[in-house]
Amino acid sequence: MPPRPLDARALAALAANPGCRRRALLDGAGVDKGALAQALGAPAAFGRSQFAFVRGHAFESRVKADGGAELVRLLSEQLGHKPPEPDEVDVPELTAAGPEGRTARTALALRQATGAGRWALLDHPMLALTIAGTPAYLEPDAVVVGPDGGWTVVEIKSFAMIDGAADAAKVGAAARQAAVYALALRGVADRLAAGRVSEQALLVCPKDFSNLPTAALIDLRKPLATTRRQLSRLVRVEEIAAGLPEGVCFDPDRPAAELAAAVAAVPAAYAPDCLAGCELAFHCRERARQAGLVERLGRSVRAELGGLATVESVLAAAGGDGGDPDDPAVAALRRAAALRAEALGREAAPCR
Amino acid sequence: MSLITTLARFEAVRDGRARPVATVRHRHLAERPLVLVPLTTAGETGAPLGALVGTERTAPRLLTVCQPRDRDQRAAFLAALAEEVLPHIEGFAAEVTTEERTETDPATGRRTPVRVELCTDAPQLLVPSAAGVEYVRLLGRSMRFRRTAEQDPAAAFPAPPRVPMLGRWLTHFAERAQVPGSSLLLSMTGLLTRHWATGQSPLEDQHLGSLLAWIDPPDGLSGAEAALRVELERDAEGLLCHPPAGPATDPAFDNKRLAPALARYDRARAVGRGVERAAAEMAELLATQLRPAWDAVWHGLDLLRALPEGAHVAERWKRDRWSYTAHRDRIRAGEPPQPRRDDAVTAARKLASRETAQARLEAQEALDDPLVMAGRRLAGEAFAGEVTAVVMEYTEAKVPRPRPLVTVRTEDAPHLAEGARVHRLLADGRTQTGEFTAAGPDRLTVRLTGGMGRGRQPEPGTVPEPGERVCWTLFEHAPRGGPALPEPEHTPWTHGGPPGAMADEPDPVTAEDYL
Repeated sequence: MPPRPLDARALAALAANPGCRRRALLDGAGVDKGALAQALGAPAAFGRSQFAFVRGHAFESRVKADGGAELVRLLSEQLGHKPPEPDEVDVPELTAAGPEGRTARTALALRQATGAGRWALLDHPMLALTIAGTPAYLEPDAVVVGPDGGWTVVEIKSFAMIDGAADAAKVGAAARQAAVYALALRGVADRLAAGRVSEQALLVCPKDFSNLPTAALIDLRKPLATTRRQLSRLVRVEEIAAGLPEGVCFDPDRPAAELAAAVAAVPAAYAPDCLAGCELAFHCRERARQAGLVERLGRSVRAELGGLATVESVLAAAGGDGGDPDDPAVAALRRAAALRAEALGREAAPCR
Repeated sequence: MSLITTLARFEAVRDGRARPVATVRHRHLAERPLVLVPLTTAGETGAPLGALVGTERTAPRLLTVCQPRDRDQRAAFLAALAEEVLPHIEGFAAEVTTEERTETDPATGRRTPVRVELCTDAPQLLVPSAAGVEYVRLLGRSMRFRRTAEQDPAAAFPAPPRVPMLGRWLTHFAERAQVPGSSLLLSMTGLLTRHWATGQSPLEDQHLGSLLAWIDPPDGLSGAEAALRVELERDAEGLLCHPPAGPATDPAFDNKRLAPALARYDRARAVGRGVERAAAEMAELLATQLRPAWDAVWHGLDLLRALPEGAHVAERWKRDRWSYTAHRDRIRAGEPPQPRRDDAVTAARKLASRETAQARLEAQEALDDPLVMAGRRLAGEAFAGEVTAVVMEYTEAKVPRPRPLVTVRTEDAPHLAEGARVHRLLADGRTQTGEFTAAGPDRLTVRLTGGMGRGRQPEPGTVPEPGERVCWTLFEHAPRGGPALPEPEHTPWTHGGPPGAMADEPDPVTAEDYL
């Protein structure tokens, strides 16, 4: 089966959990994690409503209509420039064969547009970024080149901006995604020795309850720094693969038991946050549950518990049957258990 | 999560069942709450799909929209919602008592007592989850600037008569829900997680069905098994057997059930035949998604009602009554709807009052509930123990005042510096202050500095006896807010100056409203 390319969403999720070798390897090798999870009997609950899909597409095409004039108007308005006339915006042709061809075409268009001193809208350009030893091809919604040679990433999202404010979690996700694009763009700028990648991205959303676009600049400096650091921390895929036993195969057509063993050969770092972004999360959660890992209750839990990594050891420490009493985490747990028992009146109180 | 709550989660994992994190109920529950379970259309902002609403467990009113993009149907839905919700909300406005309050006289600037009305009770709105609270806010925002034909005869699409009023009330409820400890608008997941800890993460607790499964699993199943089943079980077609509590629908439901039903409805409308049947089919379909959440909310209410109410809950509910009465008065005075954005002073006031409410809530919950106090003791913010010695001492003033030294044996390790103020609740509900003076092995000594009456001898019952159990807190029991903020018309220029008197215009009608 063809490898699944890494996209910015996957990269942003990977950057959010850089310690997960399982995800790094499977994503890096282009394994279809959704199909894999299905084959393992723990399918992901992701799906997209066709209503959201249709609406999102309608909005994006509306924003990019009339030769990019609307989009450039939104950007120049945010930057405080005079909006250009519609015929002052170039929309270069970017079609080419294959991702490598499209990447080269994009780089060429960027160079030409930067030299031209005019506004240009690159609709769905293609950018390349090497992640953990694997090339990833990324396709931002758009990149706008300004007359001053500045390159701005544009994120078109279908969640609404109501009275100038949008859902913080969604804006954060958009910023992380835009940061991945900006990183890739910087690579292009360095190679071309031209252009300047803006540290702000333009977020375009529907205004209030309508389908009219409105925009805001989002600061990318922090997500850029975080993403760059996290991506550089990713263990190289070859290193992970080298640690695997011979003959490991992630083909979803293999029997479930064999697949489970293959997946188990790569260590994962499960946290409940994974449920929102990784197709394999239900499988990893089940494994974490079976192994009694404390992380299944939340990533922050681990910080309070020092060296106690399993539910069993925590309960034993709290009950006074295990753990080193001089360990501050164990002592605190014991004290907590005593206080809880005192407040609940010794008798094991039922739930209701 | 504090360590003590984390431990409760581990106990829940061990027992396969939720464990209590509170021994009393910390939120007010109305006798007849209005339950609202909304559903929304994916991809559209503020386009409701349906709702179950009502105060009777067995007889909710089902409201549906057959074509969510149809502006007229949306208006009809909102009008029906207003018809269901507003009589309940406004039903508490008439019955009042009078309370004395000090107000600043605008003419003299002097603080003078005035008698004002306070509604004897207030309406309570319950939704399934935190996303439901957010949706109430969104609905409020989408309605409150609309104009009825009466207000603006030239409006292209006038709102049904009561819709803007519903928008103002829902906005008020959602705004109030941001105040810690308030109970006008509550989510069932929020209520349940306040009182029980499950063996799953807080993220997974957002699923009302699986949260309930942990707290009260069906016979023969552990909470963990039941929760997993509720969360993941799908039928042969891939539809969730236990639909989420909304307002967002399951994408599989959207694609496999809702989209075909919508298409059938549109077709029936186009040919002008079978529209009613298609609408009935749609209503039935939406009811299958809404009913489980409706039942879950009432199930949660049963569980919560079994808990005794905390001692300070009524006091906090009184603040909710004040808030309800104040909004009633604003509407009666003909004030415009809440603005899109608060001016600087209003925003600062809101923030300050929420901070005060948070501090007050934390203190009151600890005083009401030994299990919450246990968490504060573990955190070093309180200590409890048995009195081992009381030494009477007096001040060296002309009229000596009692300043007894009380020594307590405790295993708690509070973060105390010498001279730190500590607080204790007396039997009559007053607060006694003390000063930490010395620490010995397992012993802490506090000098009582107040709450003993005016005489030379302390009033009976105000000084603990040896052998008595006492609990001192390092936090104040009734924390107060900071200094007063200026009136909005005196906003300094650093904060944008006085706000303009411009009223917010309604949202413009765009072609996209009608796709």
